[in-house]
Amino acid sequence: MQESMSFFTGFGLNDLWFLGEAALKTLWISVLSISIGTLLGTFFGWLLHEGKWVATFTIAPILDVFRSVPLIIQLVLFYNFAPIIGLNFDPFASGVVILTLYTAALVASVARGGIESVPPSMRRASRSLGMSYWQDLFHVVLPIGGRAVFPAWVGVVLGVMKDSALVSVLGYVELLKASQVLITRTQEPLLILAIAGAFYFALSYPISRYAHKFEQRWSK
Amino acid sequence: MFDYNFHWRPVLKTLPDLIQAGLTTLEVASLSMLIGIVLGLCLALMRMNMTGPLKWFAVSWIELARNTPALFQLFFFGFGLGAIGINLTPYTIILTGLSFNCAGYLAENFRGGFQAVPDTQLKAARCLGMNAWQAYTRIVIPQVFRVVYHPITNQMVWAVLMSSLGMLIGFRELSGETQFFASRTFRIFEYFAVTAVLYYIIVKIVLAASRLLAMRLFRY
Repeated sequence: MQESMSFFTGFGLNDLWFLGEAALKTLWISVLSISIGTLLGTFFGWLLHEGKWVATFTIAPILDVFRSVPLIIQLVLFYNFAPIIGLNFDPFASGVVILTLYTAALVASVARGGIESVPPSMRRASRSLGMSYWQDLFHVVLPIGGRAVFPAWVGVVLGVMKDSALVSVLGYVELLKASQVLITRTQEPLLILAIAGAFYFALSYPISRYAHKFEQRWSK
Repeated sequence: MFDYNFHWRPVLKTLPDLIQAGLTTLEVASLSMLIGIVLGLCLALMRMNMTGPLKWFAVSWIELARNTPALFQLFFFGFGLGAIGINLTPYTIILTGLSFNCAGYLAENFRGGFQAVPDTQLKAARCLGMNAWQAYTRIVIPQVFRVVYHPITNQMVWAVLMSSLGMLIGFRELSGETQFFASRTFRIFEYFAVTAVLYYIIVKIVLAASRLLAMRLFRY
């Protein structure tokens, strides 16, 4: 007869795969919301720049809310609000929606700074050369302004990737939630947290190094 | 479609408690910012002026704080240290976690600030007969402080927002208190909506206070 039964089993190779898969989920939700959020945010930034006082009184305060309320509150609020208006979003979809809006709010101010960093004389010069408004925007403002705010944008990207850990609150099993699950089973918090931390570090550090290199090359 | 009944009364009844908890949030954020500023200054100086293990200590602290999620750091101080027999109270966990995080981010801000002050300032101060301590505290650091004042304000806002993670480690600041009441009354949406408003107000107060302080400090 078995004397006692243990619910806890040690950390194995399978669990490493489990964490790796969870890291991919973190990556996926971040890539999805960062790419949509960046497009949306750039558009908002352009509106903020061009819209004058109309934008100042409409989208600026809304974007400000997303920057002044903790992400975790936004997530819980949206997750509980969506069913009220008849939308049934799973944790992943809710996470993507909120992370996208959050990214857009952060990118909007970055994009606006980028547009404003292009000297007006340069834009006037491009218009004088016969470029249309849109040509000027895409061929002059985008490359020059984009370069100026690239480091700030990378900062936003890294921030959002790390903040995606908060989607675990809704029950989406990404990297941090997966480590919680494993800790409950193996009772080895230190080891598993170290591995999860290493995964985050491996996702985030190369991007920040790469961006730093770019920045140095451009500043020459 | 819209058959949800909003019940704001229980929220209004506990509003004083929530405001009290909001003060706790402010307290934790300001305390961890104070510790973070002192530690961040030390880390920045260590990273720039030291060699060998002390430099590596500073570099690894900064990179770890900047490249892993704040929630992960809190879990580490909570569960990770708990596993090796160091049991911290939720208040200490959130304080150490936030200070660790803020110190890492602020160290990089300070480093930028130090680089913005020309070397000649320090040399001139030494030539005038000041010793190293006087030169740093009276000439260099005040100038650095001026450069990093705005980033510090931003970091303070982040600290307020990040303290909301206390909800996940059982600390009863604004978010934790909200979750406590929300799970008692099941009025999740209403409670979190009010909390979002409270956070918004707190952030605005912090920003206004910082602007007033800046007017007072940087008059000339």
